[in-house]
Formats: sequence, C-alpha cells, structure tokens
Amino acid sequence: MSALRNLSADQQVALLFVILFGLLVLASSAAALLALPERRPALQARGERLGRELQVVWVGAVVFWAAWLSGPVGSTLLFGVISFLALREYVTLVKTRRGDHRALLLAFFAVLPIQYVLVAYRNFDLFSVFIPVYVFLALAVISAVAGDPERFLERNAKIQWGIMVCVYGLSHAPALVLLDFAQHQGRGAFLLFFLVMVVAFGKIVQTKASSRLRRRPVARLIDRDFSLRAWGLGVAAGGLLGAALYWTTPFRPGQALVMATIAVAAGSLGELVMSALKRDAGVRSWGNTSSVTGAVGLLDRVAPLCFAAPVFFHSVRWYFQLKP
Amino acid sequence: MTRADAMGMLLAFIARLITGAQGHWKGCPPMAEQRIYFANHQSHLDWVLIWAALPHELRATTRPIAARDYWTSGNFKHWITREVFNAVYVSRQRSDDQDPLGPLMEALRNGDSLVLFPEGTRSNKGAPQPFKSGLFHLAEQFPQIKLIPAWIDNVQRVMPKGEVVPVPILCTVTFGAPITLAEGEEKRAFLERARAAVVALQPIESQERVPAG
Repeated sequence: MSALRNLSADQQVALLFVILFGLLVLASSAAALLALPERRPALQARGERLGRELQVVWVGAVVFWAAWLSGPVGSTLLFGVISFLALREYVTLVKTRRGDHRALLLAFFAVLPIQYVLVAYRNFDLFSVFIPVYVFLALAVISAVAGDPERFLERNAKIQWGIMVCVYGLSHAPALVLLDFAQHQGRGAFLLFFLVMVVAFGKIVQTKASSRLRRRPVARLIDRDFSLRAWGLGVAAGGLLGAALYWTTPFRPGQALVMATIAVAAGSLGELVMSALKRDAGVRSWGNTSSVTGAVGLLDRVAPLCFAAPVFFHSVRWYFQLKP
Repeated sequence: MTRADAMGMLLAFIARLITGAQGHWKGCPPMAEQRIYFANHQSHLDWVLIWAALPHELRATTRPIAARDYWTSGNFKHWITREVFNAVYVSRQRSDDQDPLGPLMEALRNGDSLVLFPEGTRSNKGAPQPFKSGLFHLAEQFPQIKLIPAWIDNVQRVMPKGEVVPVPILCTVTFGAPITLAEGEEKRAFLERARAAVVALQPIESQERVPAG
C-alpha cells in the first residue's frame, strides 16, 4: 500500500487503467471460452450475452482512458459529444413541434457548448446555475416568441428536461475530473472512476437481485423489475464497494460509504424516472433497431450517470467546502 | 482524394452527425446492381439522407435528379451537384422537341442507379401526394431494373419549411422489397401501388402523425 502511495498521481491512474483493462481481458476471454461451439447451448447463449454486455464495458473503459489521456480539454470534449448524442436521441423520441425549432437550436448549438466550456474553465459557480437559472428563462422566452401557444407548457417542459438530464447532468462527469481537493491534485479521474464503478456495480447487483428474488414491483406500470428489496440490495452493494474503494478517493472509509450510497441511490432512482419517461413516449428502450432512431441506445447507458453525477458532485463539493 | 471526394465525405459526416442517417434494409440488401430508388419527399435534406444511408461503394453510381435551371445557376451549386453528387440534370420547362425523361433514360442506359422523388415536389402534409408518371414510363422502358421503395422518416422535424439551420434529430431511411410493373398494368394502378409500397414502410411510431393511405 505504501509503495502505491508513493507513486505520482499519473502513475496511479495509469496503474488503475492497467488493472481495469487486465480484468476486462480476463472477463472477455472467459466469455469467449463459454461461447465456444462445443459447449452446451445454454452456456453458449450465456457466453454470448456476457460478451455483448462486455463490449459495452470495453467501449466505456476505452472512452474513459481516452478522456484521461487527453487531459481536461479532451475529457470535456468527449463528454460534450456524448451529451450531444444523448440529447439527439432524447429529442427524437419526445415529440417536438415546429414551433420548438428555435429553442432546440439554442439547446444544441448554444447551451450545450457553453456548459462544457464552463466546465473546462472550472467556472463551477456559473456552471451550477447557468442552465437552471439563465437557460430556464431564455428557452421559455424563445418558445413564446415563436408564437405557438398549443401545449406550450408541455413542450417547454420536454426541452428543459432534456437539457437538465442530457447536458446539465452529464456535464458533471467531466466536472468531477476537474474538481481539485487539497493534497489530491490531479486525481480527479479517480473520483469519476469511483462514481462509475459504484453506480455500475449497484446496477448489476440490482438487476441480478430482481431476477432471483421474489419481488413486488413498486410501480408496476412503469418498471416491472423495480422492487424495493432489489433496489435496497443494489444500493447497499454499491455503498459497500464504495467503502472498499475509499483509498482511490480523498474520502475516509465512512465518507466513501455515504457518498457511494448517495450516488447509487440517485443513479438507480434516476433510471426509474427515465423508464417512466420512456413509457410516456411509448418506447421500451431508447434505441431499439425497429424504432425511429435505430441508434445505439446510448441514453439507456448514460441515464444513471446523468442523475448520479450531479448529486454526487454537489454532495462532495458542499460537504468538503471545496472552492473552485 | 479529390476535393469533390472530400466534400462528399464531409457532407455524409454532417448528415450522420445531425440525423444519424440510418439505412434500414427491410426488403432488400444493399447491392451493386442497377436500381431505381423512389421515396417520399419532405425536405431539401432527403437526397443527402438517402445518399448517406447508402454504403460508401454505392454512392458513386447512385445519382439524384436536379432541376437544371436552379442547380446550375451558381458556381458552387453547379459544382456540388456535378462533381460531388454526379446529378442528372432535367429541365423543368417542357419543350416540344425534347422528352423530359431523356437524361434519365440516358443515365439508366449507362448503367447508373437513380433516386427519384415521384411526388415531384416537397409535401409537408405528411402523407405523400399522388405520384407523377415518370416512374411508370421508366419502369416500362427498363423492365430489368429493380424499383426499390424507400421511406424517409422524421426529416421534416430536422428542418421544417422556412428554417435554414437543421436541428439534430435521428432519421431513418427504410428500403423495402423491389416492385415490378405487372403485365399490362395500367399507369394509374401502378403509380398507386408504388405509392402504397412507400407508405407501407413508415415506422409504426410515426404513423399516428401521418395517416396511411
């Protein structure tokens, strides 16, 4: 442990990625072995499913690696692009009308870039209020000027929501990388890694638990798989993993446990909210191949992060009284 | 790589960034054979979308139709339709001594594929307008060429009439099964059948907005 502590921040992060990619190689080989044609069909199917899931993790890991390699500018840019793609997917599926055109242009080509520029310059005070305060008004004004009173509130709410989730929420991920703790400079990547790990782990445990346990759905019409018991297990598992990973963060074990629990709870509840939204829009998954979008279903993947990142970021920043 | 190739790649990239330009090959695979694609027409972007949804190898031999008076009026417009898209120019004014379909037939005799918008004009009402007869005459003259219906979805939301900047919204192009002109089929019946084939490709999600038929 002490040898590890003596490494520079960059070396520690590099080591982290070496371990991550090593684990991924092991898991992928295991999946490939399972999917060999000599195996029983059941095992084979499982191997293939695992392989597909792992593909997503691989993409995620490579993206994070690229983000770290390219520094603050690169990671901001990268999440900016993800934000753009997620918002594009969102706007495709919630029906917008002709009168929304200008408001949407503002969202895509002004709000999104400005928000990420604010992140890149670590202007965290303005960054926290830019969308909830200024954009909130500006969008409504532009919509009103467009002169279409039909379903005005509903249409505005849709766009505001999309921006809050896909731009505001997601922009907190690169903000975490740039958050500076005293005696913890340059290790922001660990915070993001910590967040993603605990949220993903909580999600996996919750999914497994809800397929094994007898369950009573909390909101049957919204998500049949969401039960209190499975959710609780997921949150607890994520929290414990957070406590176990405390050494990657500036937190003490107890603090890490609480922060991770908050993040996992926010992420999984956010996902529940997103499935309510999907039901409203009349889709099962944000991007299935037969639908209008035919896209990759990116929004499904990033939704937990969109909700967990801002809650986690502001909890950390407030609790540790961090100044930008 | 020439400047025209670079421009083509740039345009395809922008189309994909803004709209995704997903090609769904429901009724036929993308293949290097001579074809006439015909689709609904709602926006200026329609051609670029179909073009970007095609595999890269097919783009050079698949040509759009462009109105000669408009698309040759400026240097840039002329260059982009001639060099990048390899468009077939047709005159909108009818002169007595000339068959308006002449340039199209020549392109087809050369072995190129064409993309037609048989409505003749952009419609923003949703359901496509009745088809013009050009498709029928081409089908009559070139019975060996496959006629592929295509439905372009969502594009009217990307750039409504009167706006100049496109909003990023995902669009799809669905390609259906080829249709052929039946023995002794009447013009009206064939055009109506072709139109129905295009409308039938509309994804279920957008049907509430556009009533079929």
